[in-house]
Amino acid sequence: MAAQTLFEKIWDAHIVHTEPDGTTLLYVDRQLVHEVTSPQAFESLKLAGRKPRRPGATLAVPDHNVPTTDRKLGIADPVSAKQIQTLEENCRDFGITIFGMNDARQGIVHVIGPEQGFTLPGMTIVCGDSHTSTHGAFGALAFGIGTSEVEHVLATQCLIQTRPRTMEIRVDGKLSDHCSAKDVILAIIGRIGTAGGTGYVIEYTGSVIRGLTMEGRMTLCNMSIEAGARAGMVAPDEKTAAYIKGRPMAPAGDLFDRAVKAWRDLPTDPGAKYDLTIELNAEQIAPQVTWGTSPGMVTGVDGKVPDPKAMSDEKSRKAAERALEYMGLTPNTPMTQINIDKVFIGSCTNSRIEDLRLAASFAKGKKVAQSVHAMVVPGSGLVKHQAEQEGLDKIFRDAGFEWREAGCSMCLAMNADVLQPGERCASTSNRNFEGRQGAGGRTHLVSPIMAVAAAVEGHFVDIRHWK
Amino acid sequence: MQAFTTLTGLVAPLDRVNVDTDQIIPKQFLKTIKRTGLREGLFYDWRKRKDGSQDPDFFLNQPRYKHASILLTRDNFGCGSSREHAPWALLDQGFRSVIAPSFADIFYNNCFQNGILPVVLKADEVQALFKGASKEGCQLTVDLAAQTVTAPDGTKYRFDIDPFRKDCLYRGLDAIGLSLQHALAIAAYEKRRLSDAPWLFTDLAR
Ligand code: SF4
Repeated sequence: MAAQTLFEKIWDAHIVHTEPDGTTLLYVDRQLVHEVTSPQAFESLKLAGRKPRRPGATLAVPDHNVPTTDRKLGIADPVSAKQIQTLEENCRDFGITIFGMNDARQGIVHVIGPEQGFTLPGMTIVCGDSHTSTHGAFGALAFGIGTSEVEHVLATQCLIQTRPRTMEIRVDGKLSDHCSAKDVILAIIGRIGTAGGTGYVIEYTGSVIRGLTMEGRMTLCNMSIEAGARAGMVAPDEKTAAYIKGRPMAPAGDLFDRAVKAWRDLPTDPGAKYDLTIELNAEQIAPQVTWGTSPGMVTGVDGKVPDPKAMSDEKSRKAAERALEYMGLTPNTPMTQINIDKVFIGSCTNSRIEDLRLAASFAKGKKVAQSVHAMVVPGSGLVKHQAEQEGLDKIFRDAGFEWREAGCSMCLAMNADVLQPGERCASTSNRNFEGRQGAGGRTHLVSPIMAVAAAVEGHFVDIRHWK
Repeated sequence: MQAFTTLTGLVAPLDRVNVDTDQIIPKQFLKTIKRTGLREGLFYDWRKRKDGSQDPDFFLNQPRYKHASILLTRDNFGCGSSREHAPWALLDQGFRSVIAPSFADIFYNNCFQNGILPVVLKADEVQALFKGASKEGCQLTVDLAAQTVTAPDGTKYRFDIDPFRKDCLYRGLDAIGLSLQHALAIAAYEKRRLSDAPWLFTDLAR
């Protein structure tokens, strides 16, 4: 058989039917569901008198809208409460497993999938959420879909898809100290642009990617969507299997061994061709900070706010001018001279236990600057529990960070955690769009340890030289 | 789903790149459990000035675009979140077609689920349409069968579209119904996979 890429192997293994023009009916192994993008799907399903084909292939959790303060008080906003209640009712009516708001396992949908062993190599996984790309870290083909497609998958366990092209992004060399998967993916987006991956599935390869932990690979794949890609993936290896082993929803015993054997066949064959290959040298990647209102508007922390006047392309210049006006920034300001008001450590990009451990190791014995309000929002109830077992909550609290309940929180500010107009935030999340964290709010995307240093100093600092 | 055949309508120009779905419809409008009534959230933050009053300069606040049904915009329209609320809000405002040099993937898909035709034209063609759109009352004709956009001066711009998608949109077909016609193939697939890769079928019990 011809040499195939990881993507091609998974795609081919999931074809149920192909139309004459190549449009494919693709089988979906698993679906994740949350409260915001599912109510209309369930409603239409009901109206059409249809039932989920495999309710057991779906896992639901409320995350976007949940409060991250004391849950015993319930949800103050009746509209949010209604949406979460609707999810619970739909799951009950259709026989779908749900981790409710007060379940210890509740958390951000892309954190709990891997955590539970629900996410496995070689699978097709979808969710009505663009950051479903996260699950590609396991060598799964995972992508976000709209609500109509959520309904489609519930009813048929399939999706109608056009075959994407393949892109390899190879990162070799050695990553400098204190640079993380977050800096790698921001640098990649800076290089290829927010539409650079449109129409592609990206496979990340190279020594740097192999060296990342599973959690690092999740951070990397998470932001594939910010590069415009349909999905991002990393070939499974022994780390992948070791991470999955023993998780509650993962196969066990003989079944696990059989699965691991099959997973060994998934990585891209030598000689397989990608439609496009891009190479990056890790040594050139500095800790990254975004300066604009799109994740591609990014620079090293040792850089400056760019000057739109120096941009030759008119479209980029206009976009940069607009972004700087919104962000309230002056061209040529060194990134380290930008003062911040808020710090948010959380989101499906950077809220797992390793993120919190590393962030806590930098926060230890330090104090959040007087002028800064900082919060840590763990990705799931189990991450929160683990962190508390290890005393990380105490380190954060002692340093002046707020320690919250799990959820999406200020990543999209749909609950009560919101930036005020004009407030500037160092955030470990994935989107710096206008108004993303609150109307008029100004977001700078950074890694967790860069966020900690910014919280302590009140402005961005080059973490490589921070004491 | 409403079929799309030919549309002749007023064009409204939104001259920005990378318009993301957070801008098209901000989060506070995502708490709904309905698909309708999202018009008031469309470009919500851009419609208002800092003091909260309506910004008369914003294109959709101008009476001349009130009945526009074609949105003309720039690269990477609809990037960001997968929220289908974005096409729902556009539809609620009266838009049945969006023309741009490129679209984000999920948004592009979502349009087809809602009877909206996203048209990809070359950047210089879009530029030419922008020029024409500055004239009050500028109308375009989008013809799905012919795969053309016709400008007021009669210039025709051709666009590509997958034949399968085209057919579904043209006839307003129910995508789920189409897939269910393959129920036997789906069942056969599941049977085969269950024996080859049984760990994919360790379904969750409630
Ligand atoms: S944490 Fe942010 S990006 Fe992730 S699922 Fe929640 S809202 Fe979306």
